[in-house]
Amino acid sequence: MSALLEVRDVSKYFGNVIALKDISTVVNAGQVTCVLGDNGAGKSTLIKILSGVHTHSEGELLVEGEETSFSSPREAKAAGIATVFQDLATVPLMAIWRNFFLGSEPMVGKGPLRRIDIKRAKKVMGEEMAKMGIDVRDPDQMVGTLSGGERQAVAIARAVYFGAKMLILDEPTSALGVKQSGVVLRYIVQARNRGLGVIFITHNPHHAWPVGDRFVVLNRGKMLGAWDKGGISRDELVRMMAGGAELEQLTHELERVTA
Amino acid sequence: MSSAALQPTSEPPTTPVDERLGRVGFLTKLLQRPELGAMIGAGVVLLFFVVTADKFGTLSGMARWTDVASTLGIMAVAVALLMIGGEFDLSAGVMTGSAGLLMGILSTEVGMNLWLAILLTFVFAAGVGFINGYMVIRTGLPSFIVTLATFFILRGVNLGGTKAITDTVRVGGLRDVAGYDSAQRILASDFWAPHNFRISVIWWIAVTALATWVLSRTRVGNWIFGVGGDKIAARNVGVPVNRVKIGLFMMTSMAAGLVGIMIALRLGSVQAGQGIGEEFNYIIAAVAGGCLLTGGFGSAVGAAMGALIIGMTFIGIQFSGWNTDWRYLFLGVILLAAVLVNTYVRRRAEGARG
Repeated sequence: MSALLEVRDVSKYFGNVIALKDISTVVNAGQVTCVLGDNGAGKSTLIKILSGVHTHSEGELLVEGEETSFSSPREAKAAGIATVFQDLATVPLMAIWRNFFLGSEPMVGKGPLRRIDIKRAKKVMGEEMAKMGIDVRDPDQMVGTLSGGERQAVAIARAVYFGAKMLILDEPTSALGVKQSGVVLRYIVQARNRGLGVIFITHNPHHAWPVGDRFVVLNRGKMLGAWDKGGISRDELVRMMAGGAELEQLTHELERVTA
Repeated sequence: MSSAALQPTSEPPTTPVDERLGRVGFLTKLLQRPELGAMIGAGVVLLFFVVTADKFGTLSGMARWTDVASTLGIMAVAVALLMIGGEFDLSAGVMTGSAGLLMGILSTEVGMNLWLAILLTFVFAAGVGFINGYMVIRTGLPSFIVTLATFFILRGVNLGGTKAITDTVRVGGLRDVAGYDSAQRILASDFWAPHNFRISVIWWIAVTALATWVLSRTRVGNWIFGVGGDKIAARNVGVPVNRVKIGLFMMTSMAAGLVGIMIALRLGSVQAGQGIGEEFNYIIAAVAGGCLLTGGFGSAVGAAMGALIIGMTFIGIQFSGWNTDWRYLFLGVILLAAVLVNTYVRRRAEGARG
């Protein structure tokens, strides 16, 4: 069986700036691929290629074994790739059920009486959120009153419900506290257990390690490496992310300063 | 390995967060209704003027203040929809003048049947709205600036054009035009003698009901909230943001067209300065009705209530025998109070973030 998504030597140039160079990785159904990297490492360029915002300059992008290239987010969505952007996923002043179905409202009735099937929308939303382990008691509650983690959950549940086979999560934990991050990590595992391929972008190896099946580390547009879970230890991953040698040098310098 | 804690379990995880979700107080729920403040406000104003002015509480008095509230209210509802969609239209007031003048010139000077003139006026209004919307989308400028430009352009054309064509600052003689009787009956007549309620009150109620239906029950309504609440989030889930916004601008201009036509038919003539300054009343009514200036929140019923407050205030001051200039002070107080209440409500409704 071919991988849900595969990139082979993908590069992206903006004019003479090399944003990404020769990135290769696979995402399988029921697996979490973590993309790690510091700011400016090229994480967001990679997501934007996968979610159809940018088209890659070189290399191959394969969805279920077939080569493709997305020219719009809509195309990526049609291919079953849903992207949940960190703070741009939900509308805070709208009810949960309205957010859940925004843009894909279920309708009933004919002609001028055609209207949103509110009853069904609320019911489906409640069921889908329950599958994520959230009990929504008041579907009319505004999304803004939810915690950051729960808002991510609404976006994830929505993506899953509307037929996403692959979920790209852009730094879902970066703005959250420790506890809320744990909640989001649980949703990621939930989505994986339901058979979705997940790409989890983060700069926190401590968040990536417990949920990831595969780790891709980027630095300054290049791939530092890709490992399966067995192929790298948590400490190595942390060291890699922290800048490895650079950090050691910094530690020495700081020791000298404070000494 | 260390991931044991998050390995799949046979049963779904217990819900460690739902105790936060359940805690929605009755008050918070109530405060999520944008029109609540305006309803209370309308009640207070009604009570106040019933006490201070004798005629105010009678049916004939009511016919007077619903008259003022009706044309204002139709516009307030349209402007409220636009504001929920995250945009402003400062040209809406002067557009009522443009519509009346255009209809007047087409029927009296060009000699068209009034109904044809009305049809063309709506086409013109839709065009102005389209240009407003298209400019806002294309330039990315605040609609405040774009429609301020439209405001001055229309104001200039209204005055200059009217003078050039009629040599005066008004277009008159509408009553003698073919089709006037039928148009007047539908758009500008009275009912329920001897109190003489304006037919525009019926239009006002109908427009409010229609807008409420659209906002709460239709797909477009959902999109309007989404577009005004978070444009990018809405676009990410496939809402045609630009089409919704342009549509809202067109709808607002066409509502201004309707009101302009109503006023022109009622008076039988149109002043070139008609409607200037009215746009602020529309915005005040919408804001008093719970619309947020930042978009994404509000209701049509609220805006209609806001218009009712303004209508009652204008007539109430007159009935009480005070100098009518005081009404501006009232408008200012209403606006300030509404903004303060809305800000508070928004904080409550959005709640604490985790």
